[in-house]
Amino acid sequence: MLDFPGAKAAFTSRMEFISPNAAEAVPCFRILDDLGRALDGSDIPEVDSSLAVKMYHTMVRLQTFDSIFYEAQRQGRISFYLTNIGEEALNVASAAALTKDDVVFPQYREHGVLMWRGFTLDEFANQCFSNEAGHGKGRQMPIHYGSEKLNYFTISSPIATQLPHAVGAAYGLKMDRKNACAVTYFGDGGSSEGDFHAACNFAAVLEAPVLFVCRNNGYAISTPACEQYKGDGIVVRGRGYGMTSIRVDGNDALAVFKAVSAARKLAVEQSKPVLIEAMTYRVGHHSTSDDSTKYRSGEEIAHWRSVRDPVLRFRRWLESNAWWSVEDEKELRGAARKEVISAMNQAEKKNKPPLSELFTDVYDTLPRNLLEQEATLRDTVSKNPPSLAPH
Amino acid sequence: MAAAAMAQKVLVPCSSSSSCGKVQFSPSRVHTQAIAFGGELSQSSSRKNKSLALKAVAGETSAPVTAKSGHEILLFDALREGLEEEMARDPTVCVMGEDVGHYGGSYKVTKGLAEKFGDLRVLDTPICENSFTGMGIGAAMTGLRTVVEGMNMGFLLLAYNQISNNAGMLHYTSGGQFKIPVVIRGPGGVGKQLGAEHSQRLESYFQSVPGLQMVACSTPYNAKGLMKAAIRSDNPVILYEHVLLYNLKERIPDEEYVLCLEEAELVRPGKDITILTYSRMRHFVLQAAKTLVERGYDPEIIDIRSLKPFDLFTIGNSIKKTHKVLIVEECMRTGGIGASLRAAIVDNFWDFLDGRPECLSSQDVPTPYAATLEDATVVQPAQIIVKVEQMLQGLI
Repeated sequence: MLDFPGAKAAFTSRMEFISPNAAEAVPCFRILDDLGRALDGSDIPEVDSSLAVKMYHTMVRLQTFDSIFYEAQRQGRISFYLTNIGEEALNVASAAALTKDDVVFPQYREHGVLMWRGFTLDEFANQCFSNEAGHGKGRQMPIHYGSEKLNYFTISSPIATQLPHAVGAAYGLKMDRKNACAVTYFGDGGSSEGDFHAACNFAAVLEAPVLFVCRNNGYAISTPACEQYKGDGIVVRGRGYGMTSIRVDGNDALAVFKAVSAARKLAVEQSKPVLIEAMTYRVGHHSTSDDSTKYRSGEEIAHWRSVRDPVLRFRRWLESNAWWSVEDEKELRGAARKEVISAMNQAEKKNKPPLSELFTDVYDTLPRNLLEQEATLRDTVSKNPPSLAPH
Repeated sequence: MAAAAMAQKVLVPCSSSSSCGKVQFSPSRVHTQAIAFGGELSQSSSRKNKSLALKAVAGETSAPVTAKSGHEILLFDALREGLEEEMARDPTVCVMGEDVGHYGGSYKVTKGLAEKFGDLRVLDTPICENSFTGMGIGAAMTGLRTVVEGMNMGFLLLAYNQISNNAGMLHYTSGGQFKIPVVIRGPGGVGKQLGAEHSQRLESYFQSVPGLQMVACSTPYNAKGLMKAAIRSDNPVILYEHVLLYNLKERIPDEEYVLCLEEAELVRPGKDITILTYSRMRHFVLQAAKTLVERGYDPEIIDIRSLKPFDLFTIGNSIKKTHKVLIVEECMRTGGIGASLRAAIVDNFWDFLDGRPECLSSQDVPTPYAATLEDATVVQPAQIIVKVEQMLQGLI
C-alpha cells in the first residue's frame, strides 16, 4: 500500500486509465411499471390507503393549480408562472417521506413539497398575485414561495445557491443533535453549478445530514441533458465525493417514497449526506417565458404528458387496490378546479402591499437613509396622479 | 413629520441595531437608541465644554482607560478576544473558514478557539468561498450566528453571489421570515507587496448591496467592540480588517464593552477642517496631523468606521463647524467609499460647505508588486499634508 496523504491505495504495475463511463449506466430503482402495476419481486413500502389517497389528492391539486395559473399568466392576470407538470410524483412522494422538522431548500420546481406540508391554495395564490396577504410581502416573483412555519426556505432564483445553504442548515441540525435533516432540490442543469460541487464536497467532508435530490428532468430550459454533462448523469458523482447515492425512477411515487425514506434514515442516524438522482421529465415549458416546442418535438411532449404521466400511473396503482374510483376522480378534479379558481379570484381582488413595505425588512430596523427615501417617495406620490402606488 | 424633518435637515444620532443598549463602555461618545425624526440632538460629552486638544494623536484624553487599568493587546488578539467572549456567551455563535480551526487562522484571529469550543463551532472548510459563505448563510437562517472568515477579503469575490443575492436579500424577499445574522470578515486593503489580487478594497464593491451593513476596524479597541457588535446584530455585517494593522498595539479595557455599528469615532477634535477616514488611512492621517498641528493647523479627524450606513450625524456636526471636508481613503477613485461619501455630503450638507468636498484616493489601477510602484498607489502622509494646506490656504 502506498501511504500518500491524499490516498491509501494499492499499487499496480499496469498503466490503466479508468474509462469515462462504466460499461453500464447505474440502474434506476423502480417499484411500479409504467402502467402502475407492482413489478415482480418488488418490496412495496408501507403506504396505507389514507397516505396514498392523501398523496394522490395533493398531486391532483398541484396539477390543477399549475394548469389554471399557467393560463392565468397567459391571460395577463399574473406576470410569470412555472409548472411542475410531469414531476408531481417526485414532489409529493419525496415530501411525504420527510417529517415537518426536516428543512427544505428548494430550487423553484418543488411547489408540491410545500403543498404537501400544508401551504394553502390561498397562500400560493397570494404570493403569485404579490398582494398584501402574501408571506413574501410582494417582494418576489410568482412561485418564489417561502414559509418559515413549514420549514420551506424562500426561493431565490439563482441556480443552486440553496445547496450550500442546506449544508449549513444540516451542520446546525447536527450541532443541536436534532432528529431532522436538510433536504435540497435542484435540476440536471443546477448540478453544473459550482455551488453543487462545493456543497457536495462540504457535506461529505463535514458529515452533514443533508439529502441532495436531483430532479433530472432532461432539460435545463433548452439545454438537453446530453449537453449538460458527459458522465452517467448525476448519481455517479456521489462516489466522487465519498457520498452515498442512488438513482430512482422519479415518476414512480412508491419508489421515490421508499428511497427518500431510507436516505433520510441514513442521513439522520449516521449524520451523512445522500445524493438521490430522480429521473423524470419536464412536461411543461421551462416557464411562461419559454416555448419548448422550439427545441423538442410536440410528439415527445405529448408522449410524456399522457402515457408517462406519473399522476395517472399512481392512480392506476390506487385503483388496483380499490382505493380510488372513477367517481372519486371526477369529484376530486371538479372540487380542485373550483378551489383553485376561487383562491385565484380572491387573491386577485386583494390590495397590493402598501408603500411602507418597500422599505421594511432590508434591515432589522429602518436606517436613516431608507426613512429619507421613503419620505421622498411619499412626497412624489402625493404630488402626482393616483396612477402611482395606492398609498 | 418626516417631510418637516427633511426640510430642516434634522439629524438624528445613531439609530437602532440590536447591539446597542447592551453592556457598553464607550465614554468618548454618548450613546443613544433610535430617536424619532425631529427629536432632540445629542452632543458628544467629551467635546462639550472642553478646550480643543492640542495633540495630533489620540492620547490619554480620549483613551477609554487610565494608564494603570486595562490590558495591552495586539489588534488580531483583540478581534480574537471579542470573538471568544461572544462564543462563550452565546452557544449559537460559530466560525467557519479555511484554516480557522486547528491552525488558528492565517492571521491568528481564531487561535485557540477550536481547542476551547470544539471543531464543530470552529469549522475548517475545504477551499470554496462561495460554498462556506453559502453554508454560513444557511446556518444563520436556521438559528446559528455564523462568523465567516475570508482568508483575504479579495477571495470573497468568489462568494459575491451568496453575499449579495442571499445574505443581502433573503430577509427582504422572504417577507421578513428569515433573518441572516452572519458576520463576514477578513483582511483586505493594500499590504506589503502582496500582489494585485491580494490587495483589494472590497468595501468598494459591496457598498451598493442592499441589506448589508459594513464596518471597518482600525484599532484594537474598536476591533474588539465592532466584532462583538457585529455578532450580536441580526443583520448581515461585513467587518473589514486591514492586513497591515493586525500587530497594532493598544491598551483596552478589562471590562466588557460593545461598540455601535453605525457610529463614527471622533479621533481628534478640531475646528479648521474635517478629515474623514477609516482603517489604515486613519493612522496615516494622524501621522500627517502631527506635522499639521506643528504648523498651526487644527484638523478634526473622524474615523468613519461605519461604511454602510454612514454616520451622517457625527459627520454633519463636524462639517457644520469646519465647513471643509477632506476624505482620505485607500479605495480607488472610481466607485469607492470616498465617491459615495462625497455624494452623501453634497446631498446633506451643501449649505455648510465652503468648497467642494475633497478626496484623496488610490488610482484606478491594480496594485502593482514593485515596492516603489505600490507606495505610489497608496495615499501617503505627505500628500495629506499638502492637500490640507492647500485647502486651508484657500488654494483649492
